[in-house]
Amino acid sequence: MPNEKNDQTETLSYKLKLGLRTRISLFFAVGGLLVSIGLSGVTLVLTRQQLIDSRETAASAFASTNATRLSNQLTPDSSVEDLPSIVDSMTKIEGSQRLIRIGNHWLPSQELDREDIPENILERVTELKAGQLRAEINGKTRLVLGIPLQVFDAAYFAIVDLTDLEETLDDLRIILFGAGAGVTSLAALLGWWISRRTLRPLRNVREAAEAIAGGRLDTRLIRQSDPDLDRLSESFNEMARALEERIHRDARFASEVSHELRSPLTTLKASVGVLESRKNELSKRSQTALDLLSRDLERFNRLVSELLEISGYDAGAASLELEEVNVAQFIQAATRNDTSITYMLPARADSLVINVDKRRLARALSNLIDNAHRYGNGPTVIEVLTNENSIEIAVEDAGPGISKEERKIIFDRFSRGSSSGQRGDAGGTGLGLSLVQEDVRLHGGKVWVENLKATKSETGSRFVIKLPTIKEEL
Amino acid sequence: MSVRILTVEDDERIRTAVSLALQEEGWEVEETSNGEDALASFSRQPSDVVLIDIMLPGIDGFEVCRRIRRLGDVPIVMVTARLDSHDVVAGLEAGADDYLRKPFDQKELAARVRALLRRSKTIGSTSNFLFDQLEIIADEGMVRVNGKEVHLTRTEFKLLIELATNSGKVLSREDLLERVWGYDYFGDSRLVDVHVRRLRTKIEMDPANPKYVVTVRGLGYKLKTQF
Repeated sequence: MPNEKNDQTETLSYKLKLGLRTRISLFFAVGGLLVSIGLSGVTLVLTRQQLIDSRETAASAFASTNATRLSNQLTPDSSVEDLPSIVDSMTKIEGSQRLIRIGNHWLPSQELDREDIPENILERVTELKAGQLRAEINGKTRLVLGIPLQVFDAAYFAIVDLTDLEETLDDLRIILFGAGAGVTSLAALLGWWISRRTLRPLRNVREAAEAIAGGRLDTRLIRQSDPDLDRLSESFNEMARALEERIHRDARFASEVSHELRSPLTTLKASVGVLESRKNELSKRSQTALDLLSRDLERFNRLVSELLEISGYDAGAASLELEEVNVAQFIQAATRNDTSITYMLPARADSLVINVDKRRLARALSNLIDNAHRYGNGPTVIEVLTNENSIEIAVEDAGPGISKEERKIIFDRFSRGSSSGQRGDAGGTGLGLSLVQEDVRLHGGKVWVENLKATKSETGSRFVIKLPTIKEEL
Repeated sequence: MSVRILTVEDDERIRTAVSLALQEEGWEVEETSNGEDALASFSRQPSDVVLIDIMLPGIDGFEVCRRIRRLGDVPIVMVTARLDSHDVVAGLEAGADDYLRKPFDQKELAARVRALLRRSKTIGSTSNFLFDQLEIIADEGMVRVNGKEVHLTRTEFKLLIELATNSGKVLSREDLLERVWGYDYFGDSRLVDVHVRRLRTKIEMDPANPKYVVTVRGLGYKLKTQF
């Protein structure tokens, strides 16, 4: 059950993290996009206006000059035939053409003639007003200027090609687009990088929190150089310290209580012992009462003992006393040479020596064997496997086995086997496997339950203790 | 002449219960509740075995142990509530032969006391040993080093005899635990380690570099025959 919750919160936090980083990057990207769109837009509009304005002004000035020159060279007798020579003397500019009307006759340009001139201009000029406008003529954008030559009943028309302008603007548009895309990408990258930098302290906090939850109560955050982050670190460390202290206090309390219990327990045990040796002096009923007393006293004693041990771990007071242990001898002694068990030991187990806390490991192995007896119809196989720098001791049984759900909680404190509820003679305190786990953890090892490997039976369990070790062979 | 056991325990009910248990075995019990009374009683009339609780008011259990140890080689058992290395080792170094952890039951207590009483009688081996300057006269229970007599407790003596009987051979801690104390494989090897230390302090010229009782790494201890 706890694991499900973990998964959920994990997915949630993962999503959140993805969301926040992505959100920040997106925010920056959109910002970049908006800025580049804005800037590009403004640039384009202004540039266009500027280019067109300056072109129009230049064209207008030029046309005026030409019109004046034309006017100066015309005489009352001039006719259309005179025009080409006059026109030739005028300076030409790239991309502009001129049409001239004199009287009712027209001098067309290479490409265009009278029909191409927009009506508005013609009308204006007829009204003896100068005019200019932009129009599309023959597929190209052009600027049309018309200047009336009042005195001679003539008019001068200049038509300027604006295509090159358009091309320039197109190029500009492309460049701005490219720049905009670049800016947006850079902004996105910047946003991503910034979010990473900003979120790194949060990741540190997360890792520290996980470490503490995993039992390493002395985890602390390192001070950053940033005043804001510093405050976060400080609060976190403060919380961790308070938590650690609280846990140690609880553990010390449990430890003291267990100690205090030992004195009355000593009296009880000794006295019950005396009664036991004089059992035959008691009535039948008293004998039964004595039996009950004796057995539950035993269980009580074991519970106090185990509680004391467990609180020792919690308080951080547990320590290892290492000694060199011969594996083969150890297994033999621990199982009291039970012949119903198959022993699978590596080739040179006789000379295999490991450095362990004999008392703890013996208790751990004994707990596993007891468990096998209690819930698994007795241990069937004990197997020892050696690796490069670890050793595994496995205990198998052919009992009903352990379901997947139970496997998750079986090492928890006070969780019993499937026969839990019947507190009768199963006699387990519920702490046995927890103690095994703590003892193994002290060695830096792991313990777990898995599917059968050695036994051929259909059901059963295999408990494995794995210890890191630098083994010596003598 | 029945066996007398001196108990030093400040908790009244534990004291009474323990007395009952010991009396059930047919032994006489002299109860004391603190160190001074214990020492006074022992000086008046030494008992055959002494049981001392470490946690005592006034003079602590270790000190009582040390003082009684100075008066002779009576078997002493320290009673401790903790399996703490510090307590156990301190008790052994103060001169105790063995220790018991609270709460114990009657059978354990009786077994322990019986084992110690057995050690009182002269050790089985009747042969004498001579290793360079180390002389062991088994039937008299006497040990001489460089001509001078050395006083060993019965446990230290038994330990030495075991090593001597198997001189040149290595005895593992488990072996020694079984031969000297009667414990099985899972006995506390600290008992052996501390007693070897004590033995060395008494018979070796330089306990840090022992000449007779040497440690064989990974295997145990042995008494050397070549020098």
